[in-house]
Amino acid sequence: MAKKDDTSTVGMRYLTSPMQRLVVLWIPLCAFLFVLLFPFYWMVTTSIKPDAELLQRDGNPFWVTNPTLAHIKKLLFDTQYPEWVWNTMLVSISATFISLFCSVLAAYAIERLRFRGSRLVGALIFLAYLVPPSILFIPLSTMVFKFGLFDTRLALILTYPTFLIPFCTWLLMGYFKSIPFELEECALIDGATRLQILRRIVLPLAVPGLISAGIFAFTLSWNEFIYALTFISSSEVKTVPIGVVTELVEGDVYHWGSLMAGALLGSLPVAILYSFFVEYYVSGLTGAVKE
Amino acid sequence: MQARPAAVVPGARARQAAPARRALSRWLDDRNVLGLAFLLPGALILLVFLTYPLALGTWLGFTDAKIGRAGHWIGLDNFEFIWNDSLTRLALFNTLFYTIVASVIKFALGLWLAILLNEHLPFKAFFRAIILLPFIVPTALSAIAFWWIYDPQFSIISWALQRMGLIHQYIDFLGNPWMARFSVIAANIWRGIPFVAICLLAGLQTISPSLYEAAALDGANGWQQFRRITLPLLTPIIAVVMTFSVLFTFTDFQLIYVLTRGGPLNATHLMATLSFQRAIPGGNLGEGAAIATAMVPFLLAAILLSYFGLQRRAWQQGGTDR
Repeated sequence: MAKKDDTSTVGMRYLTSPMQRLVVLWIPLCAFLFVLLFPFYWMVTTSIKPDAELLQRDGNPFWVTNPTLAHIKKLLFDTQYPEWVWNTMLVSISATFISLFCSVLAAYAIERLRFRGSRLVGALIFLAYLVPPSILFIPLSTMVFKFGLFDTRLALILTYPTFLIPFCTWLLMGYFKSIPFELEECALIDGATRLQILRRIVLPLAVPGLISAGIFAFTLSWNEFIYALTFISSSEVKTVPIGVVTELVEGDVYHWGSLMAGALLGSLPVAILYSFFVEYYVSGLTGAVKE
Repeated sequence: MQARPAAVVPGARARQAAPARRALSRWLDDRNVLGLAFLLPGALILLVFLTYPLALGTWLGFTDAKIGRAGHWIGLDNFEFIWNDSLTRLALFNTLFYTIVASVIKFALGLWLAILLNEHLPFKAFFRAIILLPFIVPTALSAIAFWWIYDPQFSIISWALQRMGLIHQYIDFLGNPWMARFSVIAANIWRGIPFVAICLLAGLQTISPSLYEAAALDGANGWQQFRRITLPLLTPIIAVVMTFSVLFTFTDFQLIYVLTRGGPLNATHLMATLSFQRAIPGGNLGEGAAIATAMVPFLLAAILLSYFGLQRRAWQQGGTDR
């Protein structure tokens, strides 16, 4: 992709003057960047501002004169925030691994084993991805009650794969498709079993796809809201988004400093993970849409 | 989804193959059996936690189930009730308004941003990376940031506008019905633009620059090039991206739940938030399920739209439909 960029517009560039470029390109782009990034800047400054500075109307609100770590300290030591982070980690990682395991097998079967009805199954998987959690949470909540899973992390670990497996399978199907058939044929002739082929040939070649799918699954689980809100009620098993929204927002006086600190710290893990694997993330996102 | 195991079973039958083809047929049998085995873990989870709840949810819509009490079949009563319920109608209006306005603006701004990013820029990879940030952080948490930005007394927007002399009183972003509608739409757009822009950017990068050069030699101006080259070639991916966008906007829940919980005066209640409110805090599972089921026809319409978008793509590129 990056190579193509260099030639994509360079041919026409002599037609536009630097002034024109400033007006039609740089000013709108900076406006977009400002709007898209401002809430994050605002989160950071609010979370390190002392309360007195937060609630004063004069002075420059964009700047922090006396930065403080009091809000973050309060969040970490006076609330159950660390437990929520631990819960979210546990749930996200378990759901991601379950989903990856199921998706690798399913995607390989659909894309490579080409068993009878594999196309139909592929289409059904895609349809499953289109089923939104907002219409599933009510029946799922009755099931969660019936299975005795209410208020447990297991309820989330078992339900998150419902939106992760279809997505990951769809993504991995695209990656498996790009691996040449000849490699598998050679291995088959040499007497390898299908499982050996999957483990020794296909999986090593699909590592970028696995990373994409894994990051996506982790991020989606980390961000999940409606299931966690419905299936969890005790503070000690809540996930970060639910904990911040339901536990930190109580009473009439909002503690904006610690709320913003909670929002910031809760966003950091996915942001850091994302920053390490941007390319995988983008290729996963665009690949899934283009398939 | 129920067809999945059934579709595989016929292949598992023993075949009477000629001896010369026995090896091949054994191999074929093998792939059917193996296919089934490989699908099993995923299919099991999806059947139990997706297909079954989907059916259960539809069934619940026809019952008077409450939390802690199994329901009895009451036919169309729930649907009749929500049809005549002014709050549900308001929620439907809000949802359609929210979806249409947010999607149109997300598309326009997303396409614009994609075109800007497709230019020859320094630090392009960096720009692309930070632009996706609003999309990857948890929506519930960024919604809290918006809540603070929309605060009636300490809103930074009001502060800035007042300093510029544009307003004299602080704006009550979430307190007035129409203001609240537009405020939640703005937050939704903020979160959705990156997704649209990055996906459309991927589409733009597949368009050959030689087309633009040829058009420019023929004297086409920028707008004509956009209208006659960019848009038609981008249509297939626009169809898919916008279907996803519409789908996720229509079923949106967390943004509203965090920002307004449906208020003020239910002006921002969407179908999803209303169904949650009726079913979980209200305890009326049947009614909530009926509202959720009522969303399905709209979702199907959106999916069909995407299907035809995909079809168009196949013939446009001279390929065959899979």
